[in-house]
Formats: sequence, C-alpha cells, structure tokens
Amino acid sequence: MTALTGTWGLVRLILRRDRVLAPLWVLPLGLVPISYVASIDGLFPSAAGRQGYADLSAHNAGFVALYGRLQGSSLGELVAWRGGFIPVVAGLFCILTIIRHTRAEEDSGRRELLGSAVVGRHAPLAAALASVFAAGLVLCTVLALGMIGQGLPAAGSWAFGAELAVTGWVFAAVAAVAAQLTAGAGGARGIAIGVLAVAYVLRIVGDVGALDDGTPSWAGRLSPLEWVTWIRPYGADAWWPVALTAGVAVALALAAAALSARRDLGAGLLPPRLGPPAAGPALRSPLALAWRLHRGLLAGWAAGFAVLGVVLGYLAASVADLVPDAPQMAEVFARLGGAAGLVDDYLAATVNLFGLIASAYAVQATLKARAEETGGRAEAVLGTAVGRLRWLGGHLAFSLLGPAAILAAAGLAMGLAHGLNTGEAARQTSRLLAAAMVQLPAVWVLAGVTVALYGLLPRLTALGWGAPVFCLLIGMVGAAIGLDQWLLDVSPFTHVPRLPADRFGVVPLAALSAVAAALTAAGLAAFRRRDLPIP
Amino acid sequence: MTDAISVAGLVKTFGPTKALDGLDLVVRTGEVHGFLGPNGAGKSTTIRILLGMMRADAGVARLLGGDPWADATALHRRLAYVPGDVVLWPGLTGGEVIDLLGRMRGGLNERRRTDLLERFDLDPRKKGRAYSKGNRQKVALVAALASDVELLLLDEPTSGLDPLMEEAFREAVREEQRRGDRTVLLSSHILSEVEALCDRVTITRDGRTVETGTLAELRHLTRTTIEAELAGPADGLAALPGVHDLLVQDGRVRFDIDAAALDPALRHLTAAGLRSLVSRPPTLEELFLRHYSSRPAPHDSSTPAPHDSSTPAPHDSSTPAPHDSSTPAPHVSSTPAAQDPSRPAAQDAPEATR
Repeated sequence: MTALTGTWGLVRLILRRDRVLAPLWVLPLGLVPISYVASIDGLFPSAAGRQGYADLSAHNAGFVALYGRLQGSSLGELVAWRGGFIPVVAGLFCILTIIRHTRAEEDSGRRELLGSAVVGRHAPLAAALASVFAAGLVLCTVLALGMIGQGLPAAGSWAFGAELAVTGWVFAAVAAVAAQLTAGAGGARGIAIGVLAVAYVLRIVGDVGALDDGTPSWAGRLSPLEWVTWIRPYGADAWWPVALTAGVAVALALAAAALSARRDLGAGLLPPRLGPPAAGPALRSPLALAWRLHRGLLAGWAAGFAVLGVVLGYLAASVADLVPDAPQMAEVFARLGGAAGLVDDYLAATVNLFGLIASAYAVQATLKARAEETGGRAEAVLGTAVGRLRWLGGHLAFSLLGPAAILAAAGLAMGLAHGLNTGEAARQTSRLLAAAMVQLPAVWVLAGVTVALYGLLPRLTALGWGAPVFCLLIGMVGAAIGLDQWLLDVSPFTHVPRLPADRFGVVPLAALSAVAAALTAAGLAAFRRRDLPIP
Repeated sequence: MTDAISVAGLVKTFGPTKALDGLDLVVRTGEVHGFLGPNGAGKSTTIRILLGMMRADAGVARLLGGDPWADATALHRRLAYVPGDVVLWPGLTGGEVIDLLGRMRGGLNERRRTDLLERFDLDPRKKGRAYSKGNRQKVALVAALASDVELLLLDEPTSGLDPLMEEAFREAVREEQRRGDRTVLLSSHILSEVEALCDRVTITRDGRTVETGTLAELRHLTRTTIEAELAGPADGLAALPGVHDLLVQDGRVRFDIDAAALDPALRHLTAAGLRSLVSRPPTLEELFLRHYSSRPAPHDSSTPAPHDSSTPAPHDSSTPAPHDSSTPAPHVSSTPAAQDPSRPAAQDAPEATR
C-alpha cells in the first residue's frame, strides 16, 4: 500500500520525539493502581470487610459517578473499580498525543516537509495512531505485570490493562477524526476533549440511573467509557467489550483516514472563520497578549477543576457512612477524631491531589513561553519596546496566578457541593477555599523549577514535567510502598498543611514560597542574560 | 551625524560553530544599506545582536548611538524589525498582530496602516494560521512600515512575496528613502532588489565582511570585461598585469581586466589599432558569485579600492534601471563574445563605446 509508505520511519520519529514525554504519562498511569492494592488491602484485609465496603460504595451515587458501578467485592474488583477514573486520564493523554503528532505538525508546517518526501498520504496519521496504540499496549503490560506482582489473578490483571489500553485507543481515534475537522490544533483538541467529557457525563448518567432499578439507562450505552466497564476485570473478565471498543477505535481511525483524503493539507473540513480587522483597545501589552494565548487553557482547567470539585465534594459526606460498617477501622477512626475528622481527612487528601494536578497546569503555562521562543513568535515581541522580563512576566502571571484561579474553582466547587450536602455551605466553602489556597506555595515551587530550567537550561525546559509526575508518584505510591521519609520530603506537597484536617502553619508555607521565589529569581536572572532565541 | 549602526570586529560562536568571525558593518544615518551574504553568513545573528537578543563574544556594536544590549528597550522604541521567518499567533488576526506590535513599539500611524494594507493587498481579518508565508511576511512588513521609527531592520523581508508585492515593497522603501531621515538595513538575497534600493552594500561570508561600499565602488574592485576588434595583432597583451582569461580569435580579443590595470591595457589596444570596443562592467551577480562561491577569491579583496568619487553611481534611486533581463542589450548583441552562454545577461546599463 503506497499510501502507507514511510509509516515505520515516522513511527520512529514519533518515538524519538516522545522518548521523554510518553513514559511520563504511561508509567504513572500503569503504576498508580499498585497503591490502591496496598491501601484497600490494608483497610479491608478480610472478605467480610470488603463486602461491607463494596455494599456501601455500590449504592453511593457519588462514588458511582466518579468510578462507575461496582459489581463485586474481591480485592481485584475493588482495585479496578477504584481505578475507574484512570481510563479517562488515559483517553485524555492519547488525545493530546495524537493532536501533537497530526494537526499540530500540520500547523507548524513540518507535515508539509514530510509530505514532500517519500511518505504516503496516510502515513503520518497511521504512524501517530500506531504509536499511541503501541503506548496503550505498553500501559496494559505495565499495569498487568504490576497487578500480578501484587498477587492479583493474571487473567483479571490483563483484562484491567486491556480496559485502559482500548479506552486510550478509542479516544486516540476520536482525536484523529477531530484533527481532520478544524484548521488548527487548538480547535481539534477542544473537539476531542469535548467528546471525552460528553462520554464521561453519559457514563455517569447511565450508571447513576442504574442505582434505582439496577438496569443502566440507555445514555450509558452510547459512551465508550461505559463499554469498558462491562469488561469487569477480576469479575467477569469479559473480552467482548475489549473487542467492541477496539473495533470502534479501528472504525474511527479508518474514518479519519477517509476524511483526511478528502481535504487539503493544512485545511480543515469545517470552514475557517474571519476575525476582527483591528485589535481591541486592550490588546496593547505583553500581558494582554499572554491573556489571549492562555485564556482557553486556563478556562478549560478551571472548568475541569470545578466539575471534579463538585463530584469529589459531593462524595465527602459519604466517606463517614463507610465507617460504622467497617469495624476494622474503629481504631483509626477514633484516632482521626470521629466522623468529622475522617471527612476532613478525605477533604485534605483530595485538595492535596488538586494541588498536585494544578502544578501540571503551572508547568504547562510556563512551557508556553518556551513554545513562543522556539516558535519564533517571542522575537517579534522582543523586537519592540518590550523588555525581556515584561515579556516573560506576561506568561509567568499565568504560571503563578493561573493555579490560584483553578485551585479556587476547585475549592469553591468542593466546598459548595459538600456544604450543600451537609447544610453548612458558607463554612465549608470558606474552609475548602482556604485548604485549596494553601497548596499554592507548593505549586509555585514546581512552577519555579520549570522557570529555572527555562532560564538556565532552555533546551531541557520540558523536563519541568518531571517534577509534578515525581510528586504525584511520591504522593500516591510513596507511602504505600514504604519509601523513606527523606524521599517523601523532596516533594513540596509533603510539607503543605493538611487543611482542613490539620491546623494552619505559616512556617512551611513561608519556606515553600521562599524556595519558589529563589527558583523563579534564578530562572529570571539567567533569562535576562542568555541569548534569544535558543532553538 | 553619527552612524545609525556601527559594528566592528563582532565575534559570536554557538558551540563548535563560529557564526560571526570579526564582522564589520557601518550603516550611515538616512541610507538604505544592503546586507548580503549566503545562507549561514551570519546576517541574522548580526541583526539579533543589534536587537540585544544575543550578546557578542567580542567586538563592538552601537545602534542609534546606544548599546544594543544594555539599552535594548529604549532603542527598540526607535526601530522596527521584520524577522526573516515571520511566525504569527494562530489565533490572532493579521490586523490584531499589526496593532499589537505597533502599540508595543510605541505607536502606529493609522493612515499609513490603512494605506499599506491596501497596497500589499492584505486581508487583516484572517487568523494567523490561515495566512500563507508571503501574507505572514506582509503582516510583519505593514506592522514595521506603519511605525514612525528611525531605523528599519529588515531580515530578508521579501522572501515569499510575489513579484507584484515585491514591487509594492520597493516602492514603500523608496518612500522611506525620500523622507531622508529613515535608515534601513536590508538583508537580502535578491540582487535586483539590492541594486534597485540600496545606497551602499556590505557583503559577508563565513561571518566576515568581505566587501563594503557603494555599488560603484564595489564594481571597481572587480574586473571589467573588454571585447575589442583590432586592426593588428595584440602581442604582449597576455603579459600585461591584471589581464585574465584572454581569448584571441581572428583579430578579436576578449579578456577580463582588473579595474586598476584598465588604463595600460586600453593603451595597448589603441596601439594595436582599435576597430571596435565593448566594455562591460561586472554585473552584481558576478560580484556576488565571486564572493559566495567557496573557492578562494582569485582577486585579492584586501587591496584598497581605487575609490573614484567622481564615478557616478549606476542608479539614481529616482530613476531605477530596468531589471528585465530579457530586454536585449543592443550594444553587445553584435559581438560574438556576447553570445557566450556562460555569461549572465547584463542587468545594468553597460557603459559601451563603439
């Protein structure tokens, strides 16, 4: 097939370009469920305890909304159910990777360069899909081997891995279709992530509907995220939903190929729109420009955090319900200060997780400055009367204050959802807003790492992603696999006061802020002195 | 009045590669200065040093009387820059980019903006991602030309423009030139453009300045082609200093002659009995090819130029010479040597005597 000539070479190009980035999402997604095994096994060592936990969870709308329906009580089933959000994250990463290697390549003009070489018409799309499909298989293998290593049944472990892999594939194929529709990576990314969000909502509607009469509503059946729950790892270990989802993925991939043959390179199937012929009066500074470049990303993150905040906040009250039926936890329960203490502990852990995820946004926003530099757009601005620090300041406003905005969205949403649930909206909202805000100094440390890299070692700025991934691994797996305290202490999130469970402490926050300021200042000082642009 | 740009002995290395190796460049206030060199000659690096984006490892650079690194922001208010590879923000329209860059530079002449948009036939409502390379170039050009600044730094500004738009660009630069207070540094590959627009040129190669001066001065540095029909034999011509590539055939001679050796050679020809004589000054192409080719230059460029200030510049900028190389040059078409296909057609109005 001449249309696929050169695919293998392009696959190698993608692997070469993503040799750092791809492991950064594949490995954590595959390894995080290991921590669930240890924690669930620790909390409910006996079958009776797990049964009690499962009975409660299976009928709790909040848990069902977040993770899906629970239909068994074995350790494996509880772990797979608890990992119910991981397929969504896998889908998200697959979407981002596909767009990065298809539509973003066309935008940059590199696709055209390749297209003129001995490369078949469909080769770039096929190479991107093949690479992401392969990443799915690696993810499946990492997860399955990790689960088997924890002593879970092999058949269920492979089924669990396959669940993640095929979810990734189907959304990779959705992204491949979206990449044919719009003339621009941003629009394509928006469409594909929108499809993912709709699939998630449909899954929630379907599963929560099933709580009443036991039969899932029709809405869920439209969602690939629902299909993969039919696999039921460690329970049914059904492979037909794997085949179904993989088949849909292949069909979508073929559709994307057909669509790409019907359009011109660089163009989309949806017509481009014209914009204003002159700039509005506000568009006159590097900060205003940064706002234009960052606002879409910031709005997306804020919306995502708000939705997740509502779901996780709504769940908070039900955490206390679990306790009376789990006598094994009585001692822990007492130590935590009763039901209220347990709920606050859950809230603190959740807000800490939001802080970790917000640092990914901080890194992403900082990397925009680097993209502006390598893309040649920084030069145009720096050739005007805009100084270097003013230019970089526009972007750093988003890496430092953007996390404040999205954490506020998460804190407010959690507080409102939990507060309305418990009838103390004002109190919970202010408590959780404060809890979210104390994460900021830790987020700033990770942003500062990226700023320092950007100033001192600009070619390695993308390694800034390593910091949140490292902290996420430390935070989620570290305690479960018994890491040394000094290693846990490396993560700034270890030092954040665990509000609202613990008391507020100003010392760690001041220390973290000082570290963040020092890192940022080092990056800015180096940036002032270095050559621009460094490719 | 001080020079708008003065650069001496600039050195810049990137790892193992030496981008600039003692480059000199002087641009006088009010002139349009051509900055020529093959790819990788260091033109863009020089401009980035002048913009304070990069710091030179050695050498002196002065821009509008200031230090390009230390006074970057203040100096940038007085200049406009068009990068060689214009990249726009995919989500901003061309009009938004023009206004944004103009405002960040300190102001835009609205009337000129409207006028330039029309002349460059540019739709300012399109998003950055929808523009072709040429149209992106136009966005940057309009943003630069519509600013009231003293200095324009243009890095290969016409790459990607079609011939019609190139003419619009030339016209716009000529307007700047007529105002007299604007200085333009124009890095370019397009020789006809440089010939048509530039008062003086600097040619660089491998990060060094190899020639600088007016076009007339540069012509003196290189050889003139002489074709003559003689009454008698031209013995001894080959032995004259400065004569190259001599060809004798049926009483006709053809040779290249160094500018400094022109007078004795012509005396020799007159002594032999001249029947007809065609002298052709070097075209810019020949000039550049000689410097661009990697072979060591046959002519020692370190010899001081026999500067003749009375020689008129080949072009008066108000009456541009025709650049259409398809127009036959009548005075050479009759001589057999003119049919030599290896010679590029003369782009200048040659000085011819018969």
